[in-house]
Amino acid sequence: MTTIAAVAIPRRSITLDLRAVKIVMQRDLIRTYQDRTRFVSALVQPLLFLFVLGSGLSSLTKGSTGPIDLRTFMYPGILATSTLFTAMFSAMSIVWDREFGFLREMLVAPVRRSSIILGKALSGATIATLQGVLVLLLGFFVNVPLTPGLAVQLLAEVFLLSFTLTSLGLAIVSRITQVQTVMGLMQVFLLPLSFLSGALYPLSNLPTWLGIVVRLNPLTYAVHPIRTAVFDRLTLPDSVRAQLNPAITWFGWSVPTAVQLLLVATIGLTLFVVAVAQFQKVE
Amino acid sequence: MNAVEVRGLTKSYGAVEAVRGVDFDVRTGETFGFLGPNGAGKSTTIKILCTLAKATGGSASVAGFDVQGQRDDVRRHIGLVFQDTTLDTYLSAEMNLRFHAELYGMPRESVQPRLQQVLEMVGLWERRASKVLTFSGGMKRRLEIARGLMHSPRVLFLDEPTVGLDPQTRASIWDYIERLRKEEDITIFLTTHYMDEAEHCDRIAIMDEGKLVALDTPAALKASVGTDRVTIRTDDDDEALVRLPGAIRTSEGVVINVEDGEAYVPQLFESLGVPITNVSISRPSLDDVFLSYTGRTIRDTESAGPQLPPFMAAGRGHR
Repeated sequence: MTTIAAVAIPRRSITLDLRAVKIVMQRDLIRTYQDRTRFVSALVQPLLFLFVLGSGLSSLTKGSTGPIDLRTFMYPGILATSTLFTAMFSAMSIVWDREFGFLREMLVAPVRRSSIILGKALSGATIATLQGVLVLLLGFFVNVPLTPGLAVQLLAEVFLLSFTLTSLGLAIVSRITQVQTVMGLMQVFLLPLSFLSGALYPLSNLPTWLGIVVRLNPLTYAVHPIRTAVFDRLTLPDSVRAQLNPAITWFGWSVPTAVQLLLVATIGLTLFVVAVAQFQKVE
Repeated sequence: MNAVEVRGLTKSYGAVEAVRGVDFDVRTGETFGFLGPNGAGKSTTIKILCTLAKATGGSASVAGFDVQGQRDDVRRHIGLVFQDTTLDTYLSAEMNLRFHAELYGMPRESVQPRLQQVLEMVGLWERRASKVLTFSGGMKRRLEIARGLMHSPRVLFLDEPTVGLDPQTRASIWDYIERLRKEEDITIFLTTHYMDEAEHCDRIAIMDEGKLVALDTPAALKASVGTDRVTIRTDDDDEALVRLPGAIRTSEGVVINVEDGEAYVPQLFESLGVPITNVSISRPSLDDVFLSYTGRTIRDTESAGPQLPPFMAAGRGHR
């Protein structure tokens, strides 16, 4: 009989934790690759929003959007919304892992829980960004001046947003044991987050209550930089710019794009810490 | 050094005491069986030993490391096979093992040889590229055992390794466990509620209602309950019980443990004074051991459930 080389497992180190992060990500990417149909079918929603809802509504709004196509206006919001859906659904995969037992295999390993959750958050962000590449291509059909510079900027913003949203998703689902429950719960978050973010309408002249709610929604601060990136590359009269992409103000102060992105990043990190703490609890 | 040392271990879930003060040692290199009906506290004890649950009181060490204070050290030195499958069924067998190797930080150069070794041991090397969802229940369990061994643990925990499998597959899982003992220098800690399987163990502990009621080799435990077991059915069991000191009533009839069953039965017919309708004699099995230590057969406890008020019985499903 062959003697078996006893494997000595080294003590925990940063290197080992990074290996854990990487393998958790890698597994999710393999699973997504195997399930390409779902990846592509997630495009149906942005297509409907952009070409059906967008085209249908533009006949109504003709004149009010000035020289700009309504669909060009909607495009940044739809990019953000599709990121929202993909990122939140990626976070759901951890509930599947729990229901089918695989989460346990991950949670008994001699690595930090935060490595596992970081792997999950990064895989969700990566998948949502890859999805973003597909949605980005739709920009060509709705007069978005897609230069390489704009594409890189948009994808970087989408990546940041999707990390935050995956962390939100992980924090929400951390205590849920059944996929059925999470399906319902996601519905509670998805549409309100997207409808109250200014993804589909401009933030100018909103009723006071709506203006307040929109300002409280973190997604608003991701939609606005994405739209600003697109609008910066359009030649528009200032009046149209002020009407369709007004600055977000806090008590009269226009919040700069950098502060908005920082805010999204901070919320993302906070939610990530919350998610890790949730998974840290031992029976 | 003992592979596992447990001292005064307790665990409560709210008002329900799942483990009520347990002490035992598992010697290095032995196969140690943990027996008891569902809800006896076996799985809770295992969870504590595997660092998946915190003890309410007492202490425990595994492979020389304290389960509370040195959680990661314990985790690096144990392998786990749970009752429910924890495989990713959409990945191949090989990918499941590679995932495990990465998660446990195995030295890269040792992954491939070890992978082949453990897959060959459980007879799945040829199927390494197949997705796990194409595997039968027995193959999945074997793959989990292989995965539990990947990182050369000092102690392998098997929680009900054969539950839900057909008898033939159960037997083959036991063949693999036997091989494993010979080939790997390892301590095996397993739970089961199949008494016949406990025979494979060097020593067994019987747990009932959160306490250890017996701990010895299977042979010694059987010897301790007498040599033969006589079961009778009579026209009046109550009267028979009164006339036979030491007899117990079970779902199968009235049971008496005696030295020599064959010689005892004719005497019994003459002297009992209650008409006997049926009689059987059996050599003691671990079922009888269980019966004598807990007052119930393990099948009685399975069907009737623990004799607790319903609200507590519900809580015990927690394990």
